[in-house]
Amino acid sequence: MTTLDPIMRYSAFNLFKQGLRGHRGWPLAWRAPTPAKHYDVIIIGGGGHGLATAYYLAKNHRVGRIAVLEKGWIGGGNTGRNTTIVRSNYMIGSNVDFYEWSMKLWEGLSQDLNFNVMLSQRGQFNLVHSDAQVDAARRRGNVMRAHGIDAELLDAQAVQEALPQLDYRDSARFPIYGALYQGRAGTARHDAVAWGYARAADRLGVDIIQNCEVSGFEFSGERVVGVKTNLGTIGAGRVGVAVAGNSGRLAQMAGFELPIESHILQAFVSESIKPCLDHVVGFGAAHFYISQSDKGGLVFGGDLDGYNSYAQRGNMPILRDVISSAVALMPQVSRLRLLRHWGGVMDMTMDGSPIIGPTPVDGLFLNGGWCYGGFKATPASGWCFAHSLANGGHHPLATDFTLERFEKGLTLDEKGMGPRPWAH
Amino acid sequence: MRITCPYCGQRDLAEFAYGGDATQPRPDEADLDAERWAQYVFSRKNPRGWHQEYWQHLHGCRAWLQVTRNTATHEIAEVGLPHGQ
Ligand SMILES: Cc1cc2nc3c(=O)[nH]c(=O)nc-3n(C[C@H](O)[C@H](O)[C@H](O)COP(=O)(O)OP(=O)(O)OC[C@H]3O[C@@H](n4cnc5c(N)ncnc54)[C@H](O)[C@@H]3O)c2cc1C
Ligand SMILES: [Zn+2]
Repeated sequence: MTTLDPIMRYSAFNLFKQGLRGHRGWPLAWRAPTPAKHYDVIIIGGGGHGLATAYYLAKNHRVGRIAVLEKGWIGGGNTGRNTTIVRSNYMIGSNVDFYEWSMKLWEGLSQDLNFNVMLSQRGQFNLVHSDAQVDAARRRGNVMRAHGIDAELLDAQAVQEALPQLDYRDSARFPIYGALYQGRAGTARHDAVAWGYARAADRLGVDIIQNCEVSGFEFSGERVVGVKTNLGTIGAGRVGVAVAGNSGRLAQMAGFELPIESHILQAFVSESIKPCLDHVVGFGAAHFYISQSDKGGLVFGGDLDGYNSYAQRGNMPILRDVISSAVALMPQVSRLRLLRHWGGVMDMTMDGSPIIGPTPVDGLFLNGGWCYGGFKATPASGWCFAHSLANGGHHPLATDFTLERFEKGLTLDEKGMGPRPWAH
Repeated sequence: MRITCPYCGQRDLAEFAYGGDATQPRPDEADLDAERWAQYVFSRKNPRGWHQEYWQHLHGCRAWLQVTRNTATHEIAEVGLPHGQ
């Protein structure tokens, strides 16, 4: 086991002090421990959700020794692949208060973790393009406001004042009627979320073990008592699964099926340009969302590719689809070059909402089904999953996020798409 | 990805619409067992590897097809008609 200096706080004073020594004195942000024989809680998956779970378990609950096992490097999954939009504009069941609690945790996260997660509450405009969409936006906004969440319905003129760069001509393919605006929404730095939670969890004694892939479970009777990995078998009091697109594979190892399919979502970044877009914008005529990164690239995405896949890369039809949305909304982007695009494997549930809590197997808990919207959920997801792992059952904010809701007819289908996970 | 439609030949992915998992047996209409229906509607093996799935040649002959495709590599091994028709 490697031992390190006590981790130094990130502060203006320490920055100055280290600066005098050429920044050579900073300690590693987290240890690289060899796994112990047994942990009280093992969390599989070192994405934002797994790391946040470990952090809140160590901080809010007393459960003994905790480890996070990551098959690659932390944050290398969807946490490091997403378009980083953070918002809380939901309207069904647990979704509403759960995502708002997440937003509240985001608002204090950099201070809490002593790590700048670069939360930028630049506001999100969800555009509407017909009278029916105006009505739907008004309804959603009212649900949000009734729950104490900020929401404003803006008319076309107000949108144009804030976003002059969109196409407002009469000849626009989809004229803009207005927008539902959430001012507290925005973006955060994806890698910093993984690193910040990892560093803070490590400081509280959590072992973060990278390059450790779980390939099966150890049972005692019906109960899970450990995991098989490439670094040997590790015993556990309780095991939590937080592996996003790989949820189905882990469930298969434990002997059950999930209401989840794995699908690819692609994201795109243009070459860097001068600041031209101050907010997050969601197009209402097709599935498309865009923001500008601090480096100047336009970051955008759209629909899933739409077929089951574990390949972290997509196909061309979606590229064409997403780019046409971009050009319909902001015609001037047609002259930009695309710098990069990539894919991530999404854990799509049959109703588009997540699952946090116990599974049919004793001692095994699941955090999954985040679809393409789980980045914003990271803090609350860790918060609620930690509660499940410490106390069993569900956190009060996550009582609807059960596995049983499907057979009971209690699905949470925000988009009204039915059991077609590629359509959510 | 390209799919070879038995009627139209090899066509681009953009012409096809996805119909999902083709392996869950549909319970009999008269079957009132909620668990079996929930299994059919919601439960998925979701394999990493070979997957039996439906596609419709929407912007072509509009036939429904059953395709054997690898979800890890996107390789297509077989295209036929649903239920071996
Ligand atoms: C292109 C794209 C855009 C997105 N845009 C947004 C957005 O704008 N806003 C938003 O809120 N959400 C967005 N999302 C969704 C969001 O990224 C995810 O829901 C969220 O990051 C999931 O976090 P996680 O920790 O559950 O998963 P991950 O970060 O994927 O972490 C899971 C980890 O588990 C590990 N793992 C898997 N199998 C094993 C095993 N057998 N043993 C050990 N470790 C294993 C993986 O290596 C991985 O690191 C987007 C996703 C993508 C792909
Ligand atoms: Zn055809």
